[in-house]
Amino acid sequence: MSFDPAIILPLIFAGLMGLSILAYVILDGFDLGVGILFAAADDTERDIMVAAIGPFWDANETWLVLASGLLLVAFPAAHGIVLPALYIPVTVMLISLILRGVAFDFRAKVGLPVKPRWNFAFCLGSITASLAQGYMLGVYALGLDQSAAGILFGLLVGLCLTASYAAIGAAWIIYKTGGALQRKAVLLMRRALVFTALGMVAIALAAPLASPRIFARWFALPEMILLTLLPLVTAALFAALWAVLARLPAANDRYSALPFMLMAGIFTLGFAGLAYAFYPYVVPERLTIFAAASAPESLGIILVGVIVVLPAIIGYSIFAYRVFGGKAHDLRYD
Amino acid sequence: MDPFILSRIQFAANISFHILFPTITIALGWVLLYFKLRYRRSSDEGWMKAYHFWVKIFALSFAFGVVSGVTMSFQFGTNWPGYMQTVGNIAGPLLAYEILTAFFLEAAFLGIMLFGFRRVSNRVHTLATLLVAFGTTVSAFWIIVLNSWMQTPDGFEMRGGKAFATDWAAIIFNPSMPYRLVHMLLASGLTVSFLISGLSALRWLLGDRSDAMGKALRTGVYLAAVLIPVQIAAGVQHGLNTLAYQPQKIAAIEANWQTRSHVPLLLFALPDEARHENRVEVAVPDGASLVLRHSAAGAVPGLDQFAGNHPPVLPLFFAFRIMAGTGMLMLLVGWTAAWMLWRRGTLTRPLALVLVPMAASGWVATLAGWYTAEIGRQPWLVSGVLKAADALGPVPAGAVATSLAAYLIVYAVLLLAYTGVILRLAVRAAREGDRQPEPGVENQPLGQPVRGSG
Repeated sequence: MSFDPAIILPLIFAGLMGLSILAYVILDGFDLGVGILFAAADDTERDIMVAAIGPFWDANETWLVLASGLLLVAFPAAHGIVLPALYIPVTVMLISLILRGVAFDFRAKVGLPVKPRWNFAFCLGSITASLAQGYMLGVYALGLDQSAAGILFGLLVGLCLTASYAAIGAAWIIYKTGGALQRKAVLLMRRALVFTALGMVAIALAAPLASPRIFARWFALPEMILLTLLPLVTAALFAALWAVLARLPAANDRYSALPFMLMAGIFTLGFAGLAYAFYPYVVPERLTIFAAASAPESLGIILVGVIVVLPAIIGYSIFAYRVFGGKAHDLRYD
Repeated sequence: MDPFILSRIQFAANISFHILFPTITIALGWVLLYFKLRYRRSSDEGWMKAYHFWVKIFALSFAFGVVSGVTMSFQFGTNWPGYMQTVGNIAGPLLAYEILTAFFLEAAFLGIMLFGFRRVSNRVHTLATLLVAFGTTVSAFWIIVLNSWMQTPDGFEMRGGKAFATDWAAIIFNPSMPYRLVHMLLASGLTVSFLISGLSALRWLLGDRSDAMGKALRTGVYLAAVLIPVQIAAGVQHGLNTLAYQPQKIAAIEANWQTRSHVPLLLFALPDEARHENRVEVAVPDGASLVLRHSAAGAVPGLDQFAGNHPPVLPLFFAFRIMAGTGMLMLLVGWTAAWMLWRRGTLTRPLALVLVPMAASGWVATLAGWYTAEIGRQPWLVSGVLKAADALGPVPAGAVATSLAAYLIVYAVLLLAYTGVILRLAVRAAREGDRQPEPGVENQPLGQPVRGSG
């Protein structure tokens, strides 16, 4: 085991970046999912749904800033290759996130006649942001392949991620609400799960076929034996989730947090499979994390900040979630 | 058009749109804390009503600031990859510290500040307000450090075409940083004080004489009256610092084509870059020499010293004058309003009619000031280290033109909506009192009266 900072530091930062992306897709995933589910909700339900994510969405989106920030500061060479290649979807995502974020605030401050417009913008922004993120993930996984096959694969991942966000958004609503809305969220989550599962299977089949590198990575002995656990555990989680949903809503609101936790587990495993397919590349087939990393001195300076500040961030984030724990009520400033 | 110009316009559009909102939230956070503390000391509901009116504008502005800021960090990669590839070792840690020490702090406590009034104790709510205000200021600190380093880089060495940090203290406390930071924080204070004065004056014009409106009005007007002379003094010091470290910027601002003594202060002119002269001049004799060198015989650097290596003269000349002119107008209006409130205890109709459009004066001055600073850095992206043209990425012009058009449309619509909503909030508060229904319950009556919980 070597302790060369030029090896250790890029590894640490790749890990941190992975964790930030995972935190983002789980946390802002449920915000975006709630936005997507706006399409299937009436006005009263929408107000409660927004109240369920209102105090959190801003901090949740910050994980995207951290993830892209870590790519920017720790792997500037990769940042300069990945982002220009994904120029259009990045632009779509950014404009969608702008729409989503401001619509959130506007819908509560405008008069009733124009509120539906901002509801629409909120829903549309959430959907296009999710599609764009999934598309980028797909194209990136294939090594920034922008051929017709790459674009199709990107769209497939885009749809799958949108369904996953809708599912985790529904899980959050199950956790944060009760009554008719909770029952509706259970139904919506089951529908979204079907698409999520189909999408994940399609990706797991298409990725190794489309990319010989991923094929070699996934189907190499002896790692393959351990790796087989990944889809097996994921399938088990899906089955458990399906069983739980069949029993919800339960008396005394038991198990209402379970769908969210299981869904977060599915996200984590899916993400782990993809991350394993990439390592040690930060730009697939072109640039390893070691070649793309900033100078060790600069990474060291950042790491000091991360070690000191990250525990505090996690601490006060948990505090904020606890303050707004329990079922969602009307959001009010006073 | 070529991708270079388009990318520059796009970045300018992004950053111009973005800065409008932090300029409000940085100082408004502290003003809200002030309202909160006054309420805690006096238990006077007027302060809490003022707080609840302005916290809505804070929330909206904060959301705008966040989403428009995300766009910029991505632009570094999509349009200007050469930037991080050249100076990433320095810009990277500064940006990382901004995210780690500021973004998460303000985002996490914003929820408690906005929606936690009944969920946490008054003390914790005040603390959350303090932490959000602190977070916005810390964020301003780091981004000003980075911007100042791009203007007046220090504490690094170049190896193989890349910048490497040698002295972090010198990087952070680079020569222009303290001046720029003070200038920007004061600009934020002025933007907010004129915004508060303007919207309160609008409510006054609509017949609102409520205690909460009066408290906000006095806070805004007195704050403006105190800050504006300080800002003018700070601006002059910032200018002298620029003269020492970026003389080409001063030469362009003054449209001074030749290095000489007895340089006049141009109030108005039409700089002609092709002929290296000004066509029309309205000037104060020896003015520039007196301001910059404190002597009529003082030599002021001219553009002839920086042939081919100075920023465009015309935009700098006018941007600076718009900023300085707005500052003078702020002084006049701010002091008149403060005198009026102090001596007569109320506004007059003409004064209120002036204060309402002055609500936007902070935005005008801030944008003009940043144009002066940033166009004044051209043709360099990082002074003497990296030219903007060398940082450009490979994205074709068509793609940039498309994204630029999309951004411009979105920004125009959102700016209109933002202005409309803020005016609507003020008009409604004036007509119906500070008891608007709350977010998410727009069509339901407010459940209980506005009152703190100890």
